[in-house]
Amino acid sequence: MAEDINRYLRQDKLPHIWCPGCGHGTIMANMLRGFARSRLDQDKTVVVSGIGCSGRATGYLDFDTLHVTHGRALTFATGIKMANPELTVIVVTGDGDGAAIGGNHLIHACRRNIDIKVVLFNNSIYGMTAGQFSPMTPTGATATTAPYGNIDQNFDLCELTRSAGATFVARGAAQQPRQLIKIFEKGFAHRGLTFIEAITQCPVNYGRRNKLGGARDMLNWQKEHIINQTKYESLAAEERQDKIPSGILYQDKREEYTERYEKVIASARGSEN
Amino acid sequence: MKNKAGDKIKENQARIMLLQGDEAVVEGGLVAGASFFAGYPITPASEIAEGFAEKLPALGGKFIQMEDEIASMGCVIGASLAGEKAITATSGPGFSLKQENLGLGIMVEAPCVVVNVQRVGPSTGLPTSPSQGDVMQARWGTHGDHPIIALSPSTVKETIDLTIKSFNMAEKYRIPVILLLDEIVGHMREKVRIPSAAEVEIVERKRPRPEDREEFNPYQETEDHIPPMPDYGQGFRYHSTGLFHDKTGFPRGKSEDARLLMDRLMAKIDENLDDIILLEDDLKGDEEVVVLSYGSTARSAISAVTRARQEGLKAGWVKLMTVWPFAEDYVARLADRVKEIVVPELNRGQLIGEVERAACGQAGISGIHRYDGTIIPPDEILDKIKEVS
Ligand SMILES: Cc1ncc(C[n+]2csc(CCOP(=O)(O)OP(=O)(O)O)c2C)c(N)n1
Ligand code: SF4
Ligand SMILES: [Mg+2]
Repeated sequence: MAEDINRYLRQDKLPHIWCPGCGHGTIMANMLRGFARSRLDQDKTVVVSGIGCSGRATGYLDFDTLHVTHGRALTFATGIKMANPELTVIVVTGDGDGAAIGGNHLIHACRRNIDIKVVLFNNSIYGMTAGQFSPMTPTGATATTAPYGNIDQNFDLCELTRSAGATFVARGAAQQPRQLIKIFEKGFAHRGLTFIEAITQCPVNYGRRNKLGGARDMLNWQKEHIINQTKYESLAAEERQDKIPSGILYQDKREEYTERYEKVIASARGSEN
Repeated sequence: MKNKAGDKIKENQARIMLLQGDEAVVEGGLVAGASFFAGYPITPASEIAEGFAEKLPALGGKFIQMEDEIASMGCVIGASLAGEKAITATSGPGFSLKQENLGLGIMVEAPCVVVNVQRVGPSTGLPTSPSQGDVMQARWGTHGDHPIIALSPSTVKETIDLTIKSFNMAEKYRIPVILLLDEIVGHMREKVRIPSAAEVEIVERKRPRPEDREEFNPYQETEDHIPPMPDYGQGFRYHSTGLFHDKTGFPRGKSEDARLLMDRLMAKIDENLDDIILLEDDLKGDEEVVVLSYGSTARSAISAVTRARQEGLKAGWVKLMTVWPFAEDYVARLADRVKEIVVPELNRGQLIGEVERAACGQAGISGIHRYDGTIIPPDEILDKIKEVS
């Protein structure tokens, strides 16, 4: 991996706070490799994050960075992008941050197709608060707040964001860096709401409690269960049962929100004369 | 005049109009240079959103209707950090929703204006009736100690002036400023003169110079306690967070940093009370009774005092335009020389507690409180003046 990502990191803020074996660092590093390949301007890029272990990423990233309230990163990002459409705006969020408390903002940002790149670190649990279940915790798994097993149904966030109006939807995993970098590269180049679900492992607050072993075992689980979309589609229905498709799942062109607002400005000015 | 994109925009001309208070927020905001609005509809504040939706784009500004008030508050702070003069408007239920992000705005020091056209609460309450029930929420609505500025107009003309002041103070002190209207002022129509931008003082935030990029500390202590603020995208690559942080903007988890930051945030306001506290009074110096009020209630108070004087009573009035920070020293001095201070409020007694605290037993304090969605008529205040004279 030739990309030099050091220039995108605040070296003096490292080492990071994430636990040994946590997948968040892998996702962040591959996000930066994708960013390097996309050749976007570092000085014209703002990264916004909410609260959670994943949200701490903004502290390490050498851009304009904003660490906000739990679940609300997309709302701040929307203001930034609307204010200055020339900026590249990236949101780093978690499965609790982005899909529970911030779920409503996620679907509305998708609906607008505003040019924000949403990177959701999905570790299937509330990591930072020590292991309560999230909307991405599988049914039946245990969590500190689901000691008898989780009865909730989890989301398929890629289906959700696609139907809400996102125009770039992809899923990758910490265990599959090559594919992940490519997803980031393509996603960052896309104009419109870009949703990237990055599956990652929380050995401390999810793996251990669910007897999934340590980080290595959890990465092996990813290897066995997360398969490329083309391969996934070639499988029979019963073979798909315990598999998760990855890759760029959907991409489309639709007019982006700030571009549409430029037309509002033009017509408001026209009607003034 | 040019907007941020560098396009020429029409210089606004002074003009006379018949306006509602809500519309006056829009006109005043545009004079002050408002360039961004995010909001969610709610009675009795929707007219503000509607006004900005119509007027901003023609000036090269931006309007967005968000999915709720939490989102509106976040959006406004984001736009502010990107360099806009940003504003949002709501009423009770929405004001409650904004509180968490309002605290974030105070912590990252994002200039912006938050309008609350008060209606009767709690909960859905009386959506179309006036109230001054959110005075304490404006002070303490977001959790934790924090500084805040809240202004409250009593007329449409004052709404224009105080909207301009709200933007100016937000920019000057790097803080969200709350503009507390009430349903009466919001929906009342009065003939007003809208000034041109050239006639009034317009404040812009302090921005760092490009050469400051090298060693930039975004939350550096300065003589006036207000660090310069770059727009996003100018290569400063700085960090802001709702966590307590040091001058670099990063959290270190040290208790000393928490104390230093809180002290600086408070000092921005506490050391500038003369600039921030706006009030008007009509006192001859021989008053026995003074009516202290704010917002729409001041209209009844002034009319009651005028009649009391005609009847030979020694009465005067004080109208607070700045509700927070509270005019403590002023009230303390007043209490030293009058017999009674009468405080009419459209709530069960909120600002009266501050008056009592400042008066410290030196004058009698009596309240007139209405919380049923109706106004306090001048007669009622006049009766009280007579009772305590
Ligand atoms: C309004 C609010 N509610 C609750 C919390 C507590 N909280 C902090 S992080 C978090 C969950 C984060 O989970 P996730 O987004 O999955 O991030 P992870 O730590 O797993 O990366 C919660 C509930 C908070 N900070 N703010
Ligand atoms: S708690 Fe889990 S998500 Fe958080 S740093 Fe540790 S391993 Fe990572
Ligand atoms: Mg999580």
